[in-house]
Amino acid sequence: MTTDEVSRTTPEVEIIASEDTTPEVIEEIGEKAKTARDAANWAQLTGALTVGEVPPEARNINVTGRRQTSPMQGFGKMWQKTYRISLGDVVTPQEVIAEWKARFPDFWPSGNRFYGPLTGIAPGDVALLNLTMPGRLKLSTGVLVLYADDESFTFMTPEGHMFAAFITFSAYEDKHGATTVQAQVLLRANDPLFEIGLAAGGHRKEDKFWVSTLEAVAAHFGVTAGVDTQVVCVDKRRQWRYARNIRYNSAIRSGVYMMATPLRAMRRPRR
Amino acid sequence: MTNDVLSVRDAGSGAAIIDIKGEVTARSEDALMAAFSEANDGRPHAILLNFTDLEYMNSSGIGLLVTLLVRANRQRQQLFAYGLTDHYRQIFELTRLDEAVGIHDTEGDALAAAGAV
Repeated sequence: MTTDEVSRTTPEVEIIASEDTTPEVIEEIGEKAKTARDAANWAQLTGALTVGEVPPEARNINVTGRRQTSPMQGFGKMWQKTYRISLGDVVTPQEVIAEWKARFPDFWPSGNRFYGPLTGIAPGDVALLNLTMPGRLKLSTGVLVLYADDESFTFMTPEGHMFAAFITFSAYEDKHGATTVQAQVLLRANDPLFEIGLAAGGHRKEDKFWVSTLEAVAAHFGVTAGVDTQVVCVDKRRQWRYARNIRYNSAIRSGVYMMATPLRAMRRPRR
Repeated sequence: MTNDVLSVRDAGSGAAIIDIKGEVTARSEDALMAAFSEANDGRPHAILLNFTDLEYMNSSGIGLLVTLLVRANRQRQQLFAYGLTDHYRQIFELTRLDEAVGIHDTEGDALAAAGAV
């Protein structure tokens, strides 16, 4: 690689490289320049998840100290669920994603809360989720913002979440020039209990959740349209070696937390 | 692939190599899956992904690698990766793909791990 070639890659490289730069250094600079394009879009690798400042009403009982999980670490069958809605030409993909990142909680179905940073979605952020489940259970879990750019952003779920999943929100221009908004979830139920839950109505509830979210995004831009849903079972096998994920099950832990509320109240010092 | 440069090599001894160049994004799906099918022509027991010339990958690209891994596992094949820069190695760790894909520095190391040398 010549100095001239390196200087074309990025302005930063142009500053660093000079005529007397050795070939080894140029090679190294070139290598760094290759990774620089998406480096700012990814979360940084850290150990366990930590949550920043959250409102007092947000429950954080299943996120701090947990690790993120990909679909490879889940228990159940692997599903790829894709939800799409067309917004026509009223808005560009970049405008949709900018607005979605800035106002993400506003588009969620009622009864479910997303406690993220006030500044919007950014790589490395950890948000808390308080979700309404059957039996008046308020399930507390969270997500890590794995990736974010101008046209998409992706969440990764922590241990104990219902799913071991990547959840990607994106917008793109289709072949007719219309802006299409998409939510795509690649998931496995995290443990046997959540796998049973998925089969017993969980899939339907999940589909309804994301359909409702996309409709809310479309409505924000003044569009009323139907959501196209595609569900593919990517892997029918269950990964029994991950059955023990149940020890982090956020539904069980949230339920125990709720039942222990009176005890915690009694223990609080009286004023 | 958006770069349209993706090749498949038979490494012998039951291993095939997919050379990935340029970008891995959602637009790469057809090309990557076609390359995987081509790599499977010789019924290899191991597929090696060569990331030496990878320039850009987003989260949809990682999702594609997960589905590729599922397909490989279904066929009882091992999946290996090599040539990853530190940046992409960290992304494999962050997404925990490194727990399912054998990662090596060089083609030789990956072939040795695949038992193909």
